[in-house]
Amino acid sequence: MNWIWFHKLGSPKWFYQWSSKWALPVFSMGLLAMLVGVGWGLGFAPTDYQQGDTYRIIYLHVPAAVLAESCYLSLGVAGFVYLVWQMKMAPIFIKSMAPIGAAMAAIALLSGAIWGKPTWGTWWVWDARLTSVLVLFLLYMGIIALQNTLEDAALANQATAIVSVLGLINLPIIKYSVNWWNTLHQPASFSLTEKPAMPMEMWLPLLIAVIGFYCLVVGLVMWRMQSEILLRERRTQWVKEKVMNHGV
Amino acid sequence: MHAIRKKRLITLAVILFILSAALGLVLYALQQNINLFYSPTQIALGEAPENTTIRAGGMVVKGSVKRDANTLAVTFAVTDFKHSVQIQYQGILPDLFREGQGIVAQGKMLSNGVFSASQVLAKHDEKYMPPEVTEALEKAQQQTNPTSSSTLER
Repeated sequence: MNWIWFHKLGSPKWFYQWSSKWALPVFSMGLLAMLVGVGWGLGFAPTDYQQGDTYRIIYLHVPAAVLAESCYLSLGVAGFVYLVWQMKMAPIFIKSMAPIGAAMAAIALLSGAIWGKPTWGTWWVWDARLTSVLVLFLLYMGIIALQNTLEDAALANQATAIVSVLGLINLPIIKYSVNWWNTLHQPASFSLTEKPAMPMEMWLPLLIAVIGFYCLVVGLVMWRMQSEILLRERRTQWVKEKVMNHGV
Repeated sequence: MHAIRKKRLITLAVILFILSAALGLVLYALQQNINLFYSPTQIALGEAPENTTIRAGGMVVKGSVKRDANTLAVTFAVTDFKHSVQIQYQGILPDLFREGQGIVAQGKMLSNGVFSASQVLAKHDEKYMPPEVTEALEKAQQQTNPTSSSTLER
């Protein structure tokens, strides 16, 4: 197998140059898809027979929840890569991604609470799904806190990587909480193997919104990583040259 | 693979495995506490404690909802299609409460076998459908089988 891309990805300089080309197009595409998906869902998709217009919060809630989990999965993988291969880029990624994931988890929790009040009759209930997503949010907060408290960079890299990997255990719990236990939260409307539990004019805007959120997050994390690379590599020749020639 | 990397990989895998096994056992042991509510079958089998605050959940039995004419008092039965439990409640029910709807009630099991609820929450399923589709489905069902009542509650 050809591992050149993997080694290239490990080079901050190479990543900086590569992501400079891709960050803006990916981010713009994400923004566009998000606006189309959310706008379509909120304004034009049909109402639900049971919940009326209230269900439309799904177009914000589901993409945010999906991203909160996916971002954590990526943190876990990065943590793993750092702990085994000591790759320089991994902690840069973890530091850049954690606040974005935390924001997504917060949006999912808040929009869920706002949705819960009119449909279930309560803002919050300590069921397995809600609690495990709160734990996910707190894991993000823990990683951010560790990053900011530990002044020794090597120690911070190590600590955040360990928390990222161990927190992975929470992901299957979130995913299957609605199947393993009695919860107030309903089971998933989407799965890779089955037909969605809603007609196309409802799931298509949702799918577009989810893709939009993904691209948006990828664009954002590239930009955050670029600044982090410049900061960490400030003593290297290529960063010095770049700053001398172009400014930042 | 480099020997030291291989060692780290194995250590990490072992740690993750042990931790997930430990957590799995903890969650399994706490299963009854993690479940948000008792099902009517669990209550009928006597698994739910009496006179302690618990939650009971199930589907509201069709035709079982009786409202008091003068107060907010309401009684209804919930079922999991094996057993059912009678619930009494005084207060405003959530918008989604209706016959055939899943609900979760918080309250106490009285010694006469009636569940006295202090809070009623509505559950909804993962299916979403435009109202026109539900109407069409109901119509189609009535045409093919005029005697059976519709499964889709409006």
